[in-house]
Amino acid sequence: MRIIVQDAPFDFGQEAETFANGRHDMGAIVTFTGVVRDFRGGGLNAMEIEHYPGMTQKALEKIAEEARCRWSLGDVLVIHRYGQMTPGEKIMMVATAAPHRKDAFEAAEYLMDYLKSRAPFWKKEHSTGGEAGWVAAKDEDEDALTRW
Amino acid sequence: MDVLYFAWVRERIGLPKEKVTTDAATVAELVAELRAREERYDLAFSDPAALRVAVDQELTDFDASIRNAREVAFFPPMTGG
Repeated sequence: MRIIVQDAPFDFGQEAETFANGRHDMGAIVTFTGVVRDFRGGGLNAMEIEHYPGMTQKALEKIAEEARCRWSLGDVLVIHRYGQMTPGEKIMMVATAAPHRKDAFEAAEYLMDYLKSRAPFWKKEHSTGGEAGWVAAKDEDEDALTRW
Repeated sequence: MDVLYFAWVRERIGLPKEKVTTDAATVAELVAELRAREERYDLAFSDPAALRVAVDQELTDFDASIRNAREVAFFPPMTGG
Protein backbone atom coordinates (compact mmCIF):
# COMPACT_ATOMS: atom_id res chain seq x y z
CA MET A 1 0.00 0.00 0.00
CA ARG A 2 1.36 3.42 -0.95
CA ILE A 3 -0.23 6.67 0.21
CA ILE A 4 1.45 9.81 -1.07
CA VAL A 5 0.59 13.43 -0.32
CA GLN A 6 2.74 15.87 -2.29
CA ASP A 7 2.73 19.26 -3.98
CA ALA A 8 4.73 18.13 -7.02
CA PRO A 9 3.02 16.78 -10.15
CA PHE A 10 3.04 13.01 -10.63
CA ASP A 11 3.43 10.92 -13.77
CA PHE A 12 0.12 9.08 -14.08
CA GLY A 13 1.34 6.67 -16.77
CA GLN A 14 4.50 5.82 -14.89
CA GLU A 15 2.63 5.33 -11.59
CA ALA A 16 -0.03 3.13 -13.21
CA GLU A 17 2.63 1.05 -14.97
CA THR A 18 4.70 0.61 -11.80
CA PHE A 19 1.58 -0.30 -9.83
CA ALA A 20 0.44 -2.88 -12.41
CA ASN A 21 3.82 -4.47 -13.02
CA GLY A 22 4.89 -7.88 -11.79
CA ARG A 23 1.61 -9.02 -10.33
CA HIS A 24 0.85 -12.62 -11.21
CA ASP A 25 -2.12 -13.20 -8.93
CA MET A 26 -4.11 -10.01 -9.63
CA GLY A 27 -6.53 -10.25 -12.54
CA ALA A 28 -7.73 -6.64 -12.33
CA ILE A 29 -6.08 -3.24 -12.00
CA VAL A 30 -8.37 -0.20 -11.79
CA THR A 31 -7.03 3.35 -11.89
CA PHE A 32 -8.81 6.66 -11.51
CA THR A 33 -7.31 10.12 -11.85
CA GLY A 34 -8.93 13.43 -10.97
CA VAL A 35 -8.16 16.45 -13.15
CA VAL A 36 -8.59 20.20 -12.55
CA ARG A 37 -11.63 21.09 -14.62
CA ASP A 38 -12.36 24.51 -16.04
CA PHE A 39 -16.13 24.44 -15.79
CA ARG A 40 -16.18 28.20 -16.23
CA GLY A 41 -15.33 27.85 -19.92
CA GLY A 42 -11.91 29.44 -19.78
CA GLY A 43 -12.58 31.43 -16.63
CA LEU A 44 -10.61 29.29 -14.22
CA ASN A 45 -7.06 30.45 -13.75
CA ALA A 46 -5.94 28.09 -11.01
CA MET A 47 -7.08 25.64 -8.37
CA GLU A 48 -5.48 25.84 -4.98
CA ILE A 49 -5.68 22.90 -2.61
CA GLU A 50 -5.09 23.36 1.08
CA HIS A 51 -4.67 20.39 3.41
CA TYR A 52 -4.06 19.52 7.06
CA PRO A 53 -0.47 18.25 7.01
CA GLY A 54 -0.55 16.28 10.26
CA MET A 55 -3.85 14.58 9.52
CA THR A 56 -3.98 14.01 5.76
CA GLN A 57 -1.66 11.02 5.53
CA LYS A 58 -3.33 9.28 8.47
CA ALA A 59 -6.84 9.94 7.15
CA LEU A 60 -5.94 8.51 3.73
CA GLU A 61 -4.29 5.46 5.30
CA LYS A 62 -7.39 4.82 7.38
CA ILE A 63 -9.63 5.01 4.29
CA ALA A 64 -7.32 2.69 2.34
CA GLU A 65 -7.15 0.21 5.24
CA GLU A 66 -10.93 0.15 5.42
CA ALA A 67 -11.08 -0.61 1.69
CA ARG A 68 -8.66 -3.51 2.18
CA CYS A 69 -10.89 -4.90 4.94
CA ARG A 70 -14.01 -4.72 2.79
CA TRP A 71 -12.74 -6.09 -0.51
CA SER A 72 -10.28 -8.71 -1.57
CA LEU A 73 -7.43 -6.46 -2.69
CA GLY A 74 -3.81 -7.15 -3.44
CA ASP A 75 -2.69 -3.53 -3.25
CA VAL A 76 -3.84 0.10 -3.07
CA LEU A 77 -2.19 3.31 -4.28
CA VAL A 78 -3.37 6.82 -3.46
CA ILE A 79 -1.58 9.97 -4.63
CA HIS A 80 -3.12 13.34 -3.75
CA ARG A 81 -1.57 16.71 -4.48
CA TYR A 82 -1.90 20.01 -2.68
CA GLY A 83 -0.88 23.55 -3.63
CA GLN A 84 -1.56 25.45 -6.85
CA MET A 85 -2.67 23.71 -10.06
CA THR A 86 -3.92 24.85 -13.45
CA PRO A 87 -6.79 23.38 -15.53
CA GLY A 88 -5.82 20.04 -17.04
CA GLU A 89 -3.36 19.18 -14.28
CA LYS A 90 -3.89 15.94 -12.43
CA ILE A 91 -4.91 16.44 -8.81
CA MET A 92 -4.92 12.89 -7.57
CA MET A 93 -5.08 9.24 -8.49
CA VAL A 94 -6.12 5.97 -6.93
CA ALA A 95 -5.25 2.49 -8.11
CA THR A 96 -6.50 -0.85 -6.86
CA ALA A 97 -5.28 -4.34 -7.64
CA ALA A 98 -7.55 -7.33 -7.03
CA PRO A 99 -7.94 -10.91 -8.21
CA HIS A 100 -11.31 -9.91 -9.72
CA ARG A 101 -12.49 -6.67 -11.34
CA LYS A 102 -15.61 -6.24 -9.18
CA ASP A 103 -13.47 -5.81 -6.07
CA ALA A 104 -11.04 -3.52 -7.89
CA PHE A 105 -13.83 -1.25 -9.26
CA GLU A 106 -15.86 -1.09 -6.06
CA ALA A 107 -12.83 -0.43 -3.87
CA ALA A 108 -11.69 2.38 -6.21
CA GLU A 109 -15.16 3.97 -6.01
CA TYR A 110 -15.20 3.62 -2.25
CA LEU A 111 -11.78 5.28 -2.01
CA MET A 112 -12.95 8.15 -4.20
CA ASP A 113 -16.19 8.67 -2.27
CA TYR A 114 -14.38 8.74 1.05
CA LEU A 115 -11.46 10.86 0.10
CA LYS A 116 -13.81 13.46 -1.39
CA SER A 117 -15.51 14.10 1.95
CA ARG A 118 -13.38 12.53 4.70
CA ALA A 119 -9.81 13.49 3.76
CA PRO A 120 -8.80 16.98 4.93
CA PHE A 121 -8.42 18.81 1.61
CA TRP A 122 -10.10 22.06 0.64
CA LYS A 123 -10.28 23.45 -2.89
CA LYS A 124 -10.18 27.12 -3.75
CA GLU A 125 -10.79 28.38 -7.26
CA HIS A 126 -9.03 31.42 -8.67
CA SER A 127 -10.79 32.93 -11.67
CA THR A 128 -9.03 34.70 -14.52
CA GLY A 129 -10.84 37.83 -13.36
CA GLY A 130 -8.92 37.74 -10.10
CA GLU A 131 -11.72 36.45 -7.89
CA ALA A 132 -11.20 33.56 -5.52
CA GLY A 133 -13.70 31.33 -3.77
CA TRP A 134 -13.74 28.14 -1.74
CA VAL A 135 -15.48 25.22 -3.40
CA ALA A 136 -18.52 24.21 -1.34
CA ALA A 137 -18.95 20.57 -0.45
CA LYS A 138 -21.87 18.98 -2.30
CA ASP A 139 -24.70 17.20 -0.52
CA GLU A 140 -24.50 14.45 -3.13
CA ASP A 141 -20.89 13.74 -2.12
CA GLU A 142 -21.97 13.30 1.49
CA ASP A 143 -24.95 11.20 0.37
CA ALA A 144 -22.60 8.99 -1.67
CA LEU A 145 -21.13 7.64 1.58
CA THR A 146 -24.43 6.15 2.69
CA ARG A 147 -24.33 3.47 -0.03
CA TRP A 148 -21.30 1.87 1.62
CA MET B 1 -3.55 23.17 23.30
CA ASP B 2 -3.06 24.13 19.68
CA VAL B 3 -6.15 25.30 17.84
CA LEU B 4 -5.90 25.16 14.05
CA TYR B 5 -8.08 26.70 11.36
CA PHE B 6 -8.29 25.76 7.69
CA ALA B 7 -9.76 27.16 4.49
CA TRP B 8 -12.35 29.95 5.00
CA VAL B 9 -12.33 29.45 8.77
CA ARG B 10 -8.61 30.35 8.72
CA GLU B 11 -9.32 33.37 6.50
CA ARG B 12 -12.16 34.67 8.67
CA ILE B 13 -10.23 34.33 11.91
CA GLY B 14 -7.07 35.61 10.29
CA LEU B 15 -4.57 33.02 11.48
CA PRO B 16 -3.79 29.35 10.85
CA LYS B 17 -2.94 28.30 14.38
CA GLU B 18 -2.82 29.56 17.94
CA LYS B 19 -2.18 28.36 21.48
CA VAL B 20 -5.30 28.36 23.63
CA THR B 21 -5.50 27.81 27.35
CA THR B 22 -8.96 26.66 28.26
CA ASP B 23 -11.02 24.82 30.86
CA ALA B 24 -13.56 23.82 28.22
CA ALA B 25 -14.54 20.16 28.50
CA THR B 26 -15.95 19.74 25.01
CA VAL B 27 -15.51 21.12 21.52
CA ALA B 28 -18.82 22.99 21.89
CA GLU B 29 -17.61 24.70 25.06
CA LEU B 30 -14.37 25.71 23.35
CA VAL B 31 -16.37 27.15 20.45
CA ALA B 32 -18.48 29.18 22.91
CA GLU B 33 -15.31 30.56 24.53
CA LEU B 34 -13.79 31.47 21.19
CA ARG B 35 -17.00 33.14 19.98
CA ALA B 36 -17.06 35.33 23.07
CA ARG B 37 -13.56 36.63 22.33
CA GLU B 38 -14.01 38.80 19.27
CA GLU B 39 -16.37 39.39 16.41
CA ARG B 40 -14.17 37.61 13.84
CA TYR B 41 -14.42 34.39 15.90
CA ASP B 42 -18.13 34.88 16.41
CA LEU B 43 -18.59 35.23 12.65
CA ALA B 44 -16.42 32.24 11.80
CA PHE B 45 -18.38 30.01 14.18
CA SER B 46 -21.81 31.51 13.57
CA ASP B 47 -23.07 28.40 11.74
CA PRO B 48 -21.68 25.30 13.46
CA ALA B 49 -23.52 23.07 10.98
CA ALA B 50 -21.18 24.46 8.31
CA LEU B 51 -18.11 23.36 10.25
CA ARG B 52 -16.25 20.16 10.91
CA VAL B 53 -13.88 19.45 13.78
CA ALA B 54 -10.93 17.16 14.39
CA VAL B 55 -9.51 16.45 17.85
CA ASP B 56 -5.93 15.21 17.79
CA GLN B 57 -6.25 14.77 14.03
CA GLU B 58 -9.31 12.50 14.17
CA LEU B 59 -12.67 13.67 12.81
CA THR B 60 -15.24 13.94 15.56
CA ASP B 61 -18.26 16.06 16.56
CA PHE B 62 -18.95 19.09 18.72
CA ASP B 63 -19.94 16.99 21.74
CA ALA B 64 -16.51 15.36 21.84
CA SER B 65 -14.35 15.76 24.91
CA ILE B 66 -11.20 17.87 24.59
CA ARG B 67 -9.78 16.94 28.00
CA ASN B 68 -6.08 16.14 27.44
CA ALA B 69 -6.37 17.05 23.74
CA ARG B 70 -3.20 18.45 22.19
CA GLU B 71 -4.75 19.74 19.00
CA VAL B 72 -8.22 20.85 17.91
CA ALA B 73 -8.84 21.84 14.30
CA PHE B 74 -11.84 23.61 12.74
CA PHE B 75 -12.61 23.61 9.04
CA PRO B 76 -15.43 23.55 6.47
CA PRO B 77 -16.66 20.24 4.98
CA MET B 78 -13.82 18.71 3.03
CA THR B 79 -13.54 18.85 -0.75
CA GLY B 80 -10.86 16.35 -1.73
CA GLY B 81 -10.60 14.14 -4.77
